[in-house]
Amino acid sequence: MEIVPILSALKRNKVGAILVTLQIALTLAVIANGMSIIQGHLAAMGRPSGIDEANIFTLQNHWVGEPENLRASIEEDLAALRGMPGVVDAEATNSYPLRGGGWGWGIRLKPDSSNGGAAGTTLYFNDAHGLDAMGLKLVAGRWFSSSEIEEMRIDDEKGVPSAVLTSALAKKLFPKSAALGQVIYMITDQPVHVIGVVDRAQTPWPAQGFGDEGAEYSTFLPLQFVANQMNYLVRTRPGQLAAVMRAVPDRLYAVTRQRVIDQLMPFSETRTRAYQIQKSESWLLGTVCGLLLAITGLGTVGLTMYWVAQRRRQIGMRRALGARRVDILRYFHTENLLIAGSGALLGVAGGLGANLWMATHMGTARMSWVYIGIGALIVLVLCQLAVLWPAYRAACVPPSLATRGL
Amino acid sequence: MLGYYLHLALRTLRRNVILTSLIIAAVGVGIGAYMTILTVLIAMSGDPIPDRSDTLFVPQIDVWGPNTRPKGGTGEIRLPPQFTYRDVTAFMQAHSAPHQAAMYPVALDVTPPKGIAFSQVGRATHRDFFSMFEVPFAAGAAWSVQDETDRADVVVLGKTLAGKLFPNSSAVGQTVSLGGRLYRITGVLEAWSPTPRFYDVVNGNAFSEVEDFFIPFTTAIGHQMQTNGNYNCAVLPSSGWAGRLSSECIWFGFWAELPNATAVRNYRQYLLNYSAEQRRLGRFHWPPLVQLSNVHQWLSLMHVIPDEVRVNSLLAFGFLTVCLVNAVGLMLARFSARASEFGVRRALGATRTDIFLQCLTETAVVGVLGGMLGLALTALGLAANRASLGYLAQYVGGLMRLDPAVMALTVALAVGATLCSGLYPTWRATRVQPALQLKAQ
Repeated sequence: MEIVPILSALKRNKVGAILVTLQIALTLAVIANGMSIIQGHLAAMGRPSGIDEANIFTLQNHWVGEPENLRASIEEDLAALRGMPGVVDAEATNSYPLRGGGWGWGIRLKPDSSNGGAAGTTLYFNDAHGLDAMGLKLVAGRWFSSSEIEEMRIDDEKGVPSAVLTSALAKKLFPKSAALGQVIYMITDQPVHVIGVVDRAQTPWPAQGFGDEGAEYSTFLPLQFVANQMNYLVRTRPGQLAAVMRAVPDRLYAVTRQRVIDQLMPFSETRTRAYQIQKSESWLLGTVCGLLLAITGLGTVGLTMYWVAQRRRQIGMRRALGARRVDILRYFHTENLLIAGSGALLGVAGGLGANLWMATHMGTARMSWVYIGIGALIVLVLCQLAVLWPAYRAACVPPSLATRGL
Repeated sequence: MLGYYLHLALRTLRRNVILTSLIIAAVGVGIGAYMTILTVLIAMSGDPIPDRSDTLFVPQIDVWGPNTRPKGGTGEIRLPPQFTYRDVTAFMQAHSAPHQAAMYPVALDVTPPKGIAFSQVGRATHRDFFSMFEVPFAAGAAWSVQDETDRADVVVLGKTLAGKLFPNSSAVGQTVSLGGRLYRITGVLEAWSPTPRFYDVVNGNAFSEVEDFFIPFTTAIGHQMQTNGNYNCAVLPSSGWAGRLSSECIWFGFWAELPNATAVRNYRQYLLNYSAEQRRLGRFHWPPLVQLSNVHQWLSLMHVIPDEVRVNSLLAFGFLTVCLVNAVGLMLARFSARASEFGVRRALGATRTDIFLQCLTETAVVGVLGGMLGLALTALGLAANRASLGYLAQYVGGLMRLDPAVMALTVALAVGATLCSGLYPTWRATRVQPALQLKAQ
């Protein structure tokens, strides 16, 4: 092989080779970390919330000056919404998946409140319509009946007899047995019976990265939340979302004009907003990685062109002494592979090191080996592509060049 | 001589177009990406109230005790960032600082004279808020001490809301319906947007706009207004509004102006005494622990600059480094290709310093061109970044502005970085042996 002559040629051109090696190492370190972060964001953004996203819209309602009977006003609004053509069901709740704000609480498996919590959960207050309004999938037990629903005001300290959990939360609390029929404790020391389990329901907060189990630790309680500011969630028949959404303000204003309707938006918009930062950061990182590869590729082209130009005479000499065009091509490709390969090795170390540092100092996620591997492959292929043209130019050097100018 | 070098530089730029444009592109793209991200970091790290950031303080006391703190922490003790009602009222009554204000965000419906009601976020606070934070008034003034004592329905409007409600007349002295009650307008503010919104970085986004109305703290409490921000409890409050006020739940911000070191010392002592007193009364079961942070300390304590922004700037710096390393390699190629030219010049009597200066001038020209490209790319990058933020742009879009200082910094950074990366190639160029080069001709 030609490795020995390549190495001795590189020795005469140390600085150039070291610079390319460094550049490739840095490129690899940055794109591997970038890809890992982007993938984490995409995984979080692609996570289903568990509700019937395509057919749900939400709005924030509050009355100007408090109505005399808040609960009755809420029920009146809900009756109006449920009676609209195209509506499957509607509810008034404290929060819903990906809303951005909600209630957090700790669940205990023993009554003693000084006992540490077994899991943190979000609390959703729902009436009997909650299951249909959100389009949740019940996998065990049942949902609340209307006779079970109690009233909950913001400063109330309320115990409830029953709750519905998500399967992720059920598994966390009762890893070995079925959760249905078990007893948990929250808010007060009164036992809460698990009467049902739903497949999925995300918390009001966006998920973080891969396998974020906590993103589905949600608990539903049979409480009708009663406050001046309420979130209405409406589920429509397929294809009728836009039409119902347009008609809703007038329908509610027909009940009373003394209200403010805010944040009327389809769930798709809620999702977009919940992950806006992740999306923006993914774009930013993706652009940086793309530009970085472009710069590195172009830089390699430029530098190899220069090396070829510098060695035209030697190339002519080799050709005159019997080297074929293929040999010249192979020379430059092998040389590039050596440089890029050592750069990639350095980059693997640097990339993992940088990831470790960021994980300990800035709380980012640890990177999997896959990304550094893919990154190394991308860089090597890119560099090989970058020498294609310069190497071709080198192979075109005529053997006669060797005899000229001597 | 410099003029001649400049002339030479411009001539050679045209002679070696591909290599030169690659260098300019490398510098430009690197600087563009770095500045796009640095602009946000610079804007976030700005001093929101330069005259007073050393004399405005947030106190913290240990309301919840050591048991509520996460165990095995990193050594930094996180005291609760907000206050209970009973503590802020005690602080206000004690009057241990010349100026102080408690505050919390409220949301109320505004019913305009014509049109439909809309919801607006405002702030309930004490009148010292305006003088302490140098809030500029366009008309009228803050409410009076008497208004606070009387829990009067008075309001100070922000510029935007005043313009919306009273487009053709002066708002001061008129009334506005907030949450179904009529408030008398005592003042209207000038445009005011400290970045970050330092006085409340606990509730909502620290980089969002200032609220559009202000009402007396006592009035808001009198009308039982709930907070529009965080309401955190270590133990459950008892039912009702009275339960809320007597609870250990934290939902108020508090600021004090302490003009000198003595005042700071005295205030710290006051906080310690207060905590000790609460312990004697049986409310706290732990030794007093207090903290006083000025504006800078508070912003850093509350991690107002998100870690993502720091990670991004680190990444962008890595990117810039790659671009510069790239430029070094290309410049090396560019100068070596002209070894014979330098050889001739040296043979004709040019000193090494002459060659050095000539190469440096060329590098500087490349740096300026790279800087201009970088400036254009920064503007583009900021616009793209704003666009990618979607609805968030209305809150933080203001951070992504290209001001003259940032523009100057961009070009200076580009020239400086290019000159630095040109040093080695330039040094190599001066090492050219005239005889060797001439012989090769």
